[in-house]
Amino acid sequence: MNIHEYQGKDILRKFGVTVPKGIVAHSPEEAKQAAEQLFEEQTSPVVVVKAQIHAGGRGKAGGVKLAKSPEEAYEIASQMIGTTLVTHQTGPEGKEVRRLLVEEGMNIDREFYVGITLDRATSQNVLMISTEGGMEIEKVAEETPERLLKIQVDPLFGLQGFQAREAAFFLGLEGEQFRSAVSFIMSLYKAYTSIDAALAEINPLVVTKEGRVLALDAKINFDSNALYRHKDFLELRDITEEDPFEVEASKSNLNYVRLDGNVGCMVNGAGLAMGTMDIIQLAGGKPANFLDVGGGASPQTVEEGFKIILSDKNVKAILVNIFGGIVRCDRVAGGIIEAAKKIGLNLPVIVRLEGTNADIAQKMLDESGLNLIAADGLKDAAQKVTEALSA
Amino acid sequence: MSVLVNKDTRLCVQGITGGEGTFHTSQILEYGTNVVAGVTPGKGGVLYNGNDRDSFCRPVPVFNTVKEAVEKAEANTTVIFVPAAFAADAIMEAADAGLKVIICITEGIPVNDMMKAYAFVKSKGAVLVGPNCPGVITPGEAKIGIMPGFIHKKGSIGVVSRSGTLTYEAVHQLTHVGLGQSTCIGIGGDPVIGTRFLDAVKMFAKDDETEGLVMIGEIGGSAEEEAAEYIKKHFKKPVVGFIAGRTAPPGRRMGHAGAIVSGGKGTAEEKIKAMEAAGIHVVESPADIGEAMMKALGRS
Repeated sequence: MNIHEYQGKDILRKFGVTVPKGIVAHSPEEAKQAAEQLFEEQTSPVVVVKAQIHAGGRGKAGGVKLAKSPEEAYEIASQMIGTTLVTHQTGPEGKEVRRLLVEEGMNIDREFYVGITLDRATSQNVLMISTEGGMEIEKVAEETPERLLKIQVDPLFGLQGFQAREAAFFLGLEGEQFRSAVSFIMSLYKAYTSIDAALAEINPLVVTKEGRVLALDAKINFDSNALYRHKDFLELRDITEEDPFEVEASKSNLNYVRLDGNVGCMVNGAGLAMGTMDIIQLAGGKPANFLDVGGGASPQTVEEGFKIILSDKNVKAILVNIFGGIVRCDRVAGGIIEAAKKIGLNLPVIVRLEGTNADIAQKMLDESGLNLIAADGLKDAAQKVTEALSA
Repeated sequence: MSVLVNKDTRLCVQGITGGEGTFHTSQILEYGTNVVAGVTPGKGGVLYNGNDRDSFCRPVPVFNTVKEAVEKAEANTTVIFVPAAFAADAIMEAADAGLKVIICITEGIPVNDMMKAYAFVKSKGAVLVGPNCPGVITPGEAKIGIMPGFIHKKGSIGVVSRSGTLTYEAVHQLTHVGLGQSTCIGIGGDPVIGTRFLDAVKMFAKDDETEGLVMIGEIGGSAEEEAAEYIKKHFKKPVVGFIAGRTAPPGRRMGHAGAIVSGGKGTAEEKIKAMEAAGIHVVESPADIGEAMMKALGRS
């Protein structure tokens, strides 16, 4: 699960990670009030108005602007709210700006990068430190690996002081700045593990001329498997940032990802679902979605699955691929026929069922009088998709 | 021979009295696997026969702890059906009790918990398979997991895969073309797993009974590349490979927690390239796995 920058900063603040003072605004008036309050308390001559969307690269897209007065903050906010920002992470459709974060300005001395995430190669968390603040870390790793320090953290012992010191020395910090950075990194790691984050990325981490060390930006993703022990975080979910079809599918416990092709698919199991998408492409079509209906493939899930696939008007044909195994295929076929009748399905549906009673299932589909085309094996299924598309 | 599990496996089922545990234990028993014990804390002392929906073909003694299952029933392998919130603890309990083969089926374990369990298991010198996997089967000897037993056939092809149903697909095709399997290992789709491709490939390298290997990967991570590097240098048997997710868009998670292309890493193309460079016969379509293995063995 992803959250907004301001929500991430609120969480980090609770763990003692230093972040700038900031106020959320949903309208130009609120932005103006926020700026007034900040100008009263700060010494910097500017405040920063930042669009809150679930994507990086906002600065380049015009989603981060400086205001010298509350009036200017009002102006910027009225331009920003309601516009669609397109960044390298939003996709071409972009994301609509609905809220802003107004923050105190900083006298920035230097900018760095600090990130924590799982290193899949070692099954440990890795603390990443880079002198290149504001850069994409993948790019730094590729082009200037000497400017990136990776520190593996033993999950049984956690991040140790000497590791945080090594990180701060790597950034070339001294004195008060060094001490603040060490404390910042230790707090960040504590926050990361306590909240079951999957990613904590501070880019940039800034050191001010006054010697403060702060998270100018914060990207926090949660491990969705661990959300059961952080019920309060569920309130942070912003479904306006998510694909409405995927939100609908998740209500029926379906794992759905919408794509831009013309052949829908419904499959049991994530790996087989990806494999089925690949087969559709090889058969001359383009997958319209990823959809894993889980092991059981009950009549209800099959019906919900069809509904979601059909909500996409680009779909010209559907491939159902269920490897039943322990589940009986005649039952799955019964569910498909029932659902097809109920929804009034009239697109060609190629159905491949494997497992117990697959032969009975095929016969049921053939005799259903519906546009259900039984396929015998994956190869046959692929061929029938090709035929359906050219018909 | 075979790898990990065989006719000498004495299985303990952790979470045996739960819904999932009961159903799958009934299937595991039916396959002929030697189930010697079940563990459910607080239900020790019971001789469990299944429930109204799924009854066992023979009763299984239940213990409170894995330690007891090892001491009193001489269990040497365990399979875990414990709910996600308690599964990492169950893995550690098994490792602490001295079990050397731990197979965890449970899906949805928090990464933080798994990192600790992984480190703990390593420190005890045990082998963990999973979590979030179908399990391990040596056809004709022991089925330990949730895979449909009947699609398998005893033989000489090893199978290792990150996916559940896609593994069944591959096995089905192998059986269909007349190729039986030595052992099939579902390593699971999570980002933190006990046995990776490389570990499995090393096991199959040492197994005399295994003549060829099917390796089914998917997008995300770099475990396939890691295994390909080893295969290139040390693995002398023919390998057929498939990578699921060629058509998956970057940045989107495809069902499995670990199936995501992020920061341009973990793409199907990269993996296929590394596998082909290692001499692996990579098929474009998952429909061609069985035939490709026949060809790789020079039998068609």
